[in-house]
Amino acid sequence: MRPKVRAYKRPDKISDYPSTPAFESGHLVSKNAGWRTFKPVVDPEKCVGCLRCYLVCPDGVISRTEDNKVEIDYDFCKGCGICAHECKLDAITMKKEADEDE
Amino acid sequence: MSKNLKFVSGDEAVALGVRLARPHVISAYPITPQTIVVERLADFVEDGSLKAEFMHVESEHSAMAAAMGVSAVGARAFTATSSQGLLHMAECVHYASGARFPIVMMNANRSIAVPWSIYGDQRDSLGLLDSGWIQVYVEDAQEALDMIIQAYKIAEHPEVSTPFMVNLDGFVLTHTYEPIELPDQKVVDDFLPMYQTANKMSFEEPKSLCFSTSPADNQEFKYMQHKAMERSIHIIHEVEAEFEQAFGRSYHGLTESYRCEDAEAVLMTLGSVTGTVRTVVDELRSEGHKVGLCKIRYMRPFPKKEVSELGKMVSKVGVLEKNVSFGYEGTVFTNVNSVFSSLDTNVKSKNYVGGLGGRDITKDDIRAIFMDLLNNESFTERVEFIGMGCDTNE
Amino acid sequence: MTRMSNYNIRPKDLTDQEFFYGHKACAGCGATIAVRLALKVLGERTFSVLPANCMSAVSFIYPQMAFATNAMIAPFPATGAMLSGVAAGAKALGLKDFQTVGFAGDGGTADIGFQALSGAIDRGDDILYICYDNEAYMNTGIQKSGLTPYGTKTTTSPAGENLPGSVKHKKNMFEIVAAHGIAYAATASIGYPNDFLRKLNKAKSVRGPVYLHILASCPTGWGSKTELSVELAKDAVDSGLWYLAEYENDEFKLNVNPKEFASVENYLSKQGRFKHLKEEDINVIIEHRDKKWEKMRKTWL
Repeated sequence: MRPKVRAYKRPDKISDYPSTPAFESGHLVSKNAGWRTFKPVVDPEKCVGCLRCYLVCPDGVISRTEDNKVEIDYDFCKGCGICAHECKLDAITMKKEADEDE
Repeated sequence: MSKNLKFVSGDEAVALGVRLARPHVISAYPITPQTIVVERLADFVEDGSLKAEFMHVESEHSAMAAAMGVSAVGARAFTATSSQGLLHMAECVHYASGARFPIVMMNANRSIAVPWSIYGDQRDSLGLLDSGWIQVYVEDAQEALDMIIQAYKIAEHPEVSTPFMVNLDGFVLTHTYEPIELPDQKVVDDFLPMYQTANKMSFEEPKSLCFSTSPADNQEFKYMQHKAMERSIHIIHEVEAEFEQAFGRSYHGLTESYRCEDAEAVLMTLGSVTGTVRTVVDELRSEGHKVGLCKIRYMRPFPKKEVSELGKMVSKVGVLEKNVSFGYEGTVFTNVNSVFSSLDTNVKSKNYVGGLGGRDITKDDIRAIFMDLLNNESFTERVEFIGMGCDTNE
Repeated sequence: MTRMSNYNIRPKDLTDQEFFYGHKACAGCGATIAVRLALKVLGERTFSVLPANCMSAVSFIYPQMAFATNAMIAPFPATGAMLSGVAAGAKALGLKDFQTVGFAGDGGTADIGFQALSGAIDRGDDILYICYDNEAYMNTGIQKSGLTPYGTKTTTSPAGENLPGSVKHKKNMFEIVAAHGIAYAATASIGYPNDFLRKLNKAKSVRGPVYLHILASCPTGWGSKTELSVELAKDAVDSGLWYLAEYENDEFKLNVNPKEFASVENYLSKQGRFKHLKEEDINVIIEHRDKKWEKMRKTWL
């Protein structure tokens, strides 16, 4: 359960702006996917659902699946590699973005 | 209904006004000559006559920051300060107006060190004229009390949403006892309903406040802030009319003109010196001199219309202020002249700077100012320090 | 394990909701782990106050608001005061069942925000103040703060012929805060997330002021690989350069007491900010550590 990116149009008129510098929390208009050089890829065979990666992800992009594994929201993953480095079972590997289809 | 008369100091009048306005939280740090305000409010909270949280903050910076936190959840906040304290909170003063928090603050106008002086002048609040706060300067204790009540109503108006500073001259007004009429709580409650705003954090609509913007969006928020201050002019008039209806007292809007109609020379004032000038005007009038007084009540929003009308009506205007922008002139004078400069008339103006560091401005000083205005057709000296205690070697 | 162990939270007990999402922090940012986990424990009914720092700079950029819950930016010195104001305002309005949390960095806590924090603790306000300590002013470009350790190269404590980088040890914020007689205070590390979760959960139940001081690595400022952020924060604890402790009811308690310290050199060598250190500098760091632990082991166990 995460905020979703929404369509956003730059204000044309002053009245399109919030009237004070206060705005809806969780209002997202852009992703972070472009930041990545490497992307973490989960091997569901190796993952035991310990949730270590979920716990230490700076961006909160890792979530539990119904079958007690993890999945990654690549829209917001910055590719820092903490999840892969912290996984004791090597169930996550960092793959070069361009190589992802290999 | 019988009138509830009290004999109180300016500071006490402010505290009574605050109690009537029912703030949720008071956060304040003591500084002379504001202290009695917060002492009385602490008493009111202690005796239960004011149901509010009293926060003992450790500085003025924190006093204003706490008040902003209070306002950020949609509650009503009050604080009070003076002089060095106002300057210490300066960062937060700008912050509160940018965030559009309608906080009300009393400022006891006091000199700025150095040299140190606990006595009054207006260099503290005028130094923050550009901070985005509404600034009113009151003349007596009754006006102080009444303006606290009006301040919340104006500041919290959704079209304004701008903080409000009520200025009282230190000691001359804060510590002088005068009779006042204490408004009835029920009438105040009807006049001033609870604060309602969308500019707040709530669990129904979670919000992120005081955000940042890129240069692509920043100026728009400053423009809106500017427009809100401009709009406050008509809200001030509306609220004052409503106030007069409810309480039977009026303060005549952004300025108050006294015997200006056929005047040859008018002296503009700010704050408590107005009372003395009023007396001198009466004396000079009885001697046949055509003089008048224009009391500036609001420095922000600035009374453009009123000053412009004055400039069309009279040929000579003096501006008396307890303030100077070193090396130039008084800020009030600068503001007045900027209005005059747009007029086709040939109004002559002169700045009288005095009362710095608490020096008395006497009736003789004021009489001399009027004579200077009346006896000269033009002014070679644009700024004059009045009431110097010694020769200036010039 | 400890008398407070009943506050343990397992990762699977945490809410699925992400309350800190879509922020623009650097990849591998340790502070964001602290903020994210804190909000997961504190929950939806939370008011967050952040001074002008990295965490606010990356999450309030109109129109992108990365806090999904209520949040606001405070003036840099004012976190403690604004936090108190929010709590007081909410209380005066009669709101129930809410949390008020501040997230300030090391400079925003130990330096410019110190006075307001002290005032808030002294008043006994019902607030949670979290200091995420990345050991320098990172938002402005890695300048030395009062919590920068000895021998750190920052942009204002350069290392060269004459100086080993920063020449002062970290200000002892945890004990300074405890000296206020605060309701509850604890240190933590993003390298020990479960310990942090327990302390957050404990903090949530305490009435009155709470201070949590969490070591949070910063790959940008520390000159470390992004994937090492959690490991480094764990190394700091294991090597004795940071410690996990709690303060409550006038007593200190050391949570982790390593039989043998992990290698300080290993911890330092993974970070660009310490690359220049000579043996004698490292000895200063180790001596300081040993003195600190001698005292803690004597009275905090």
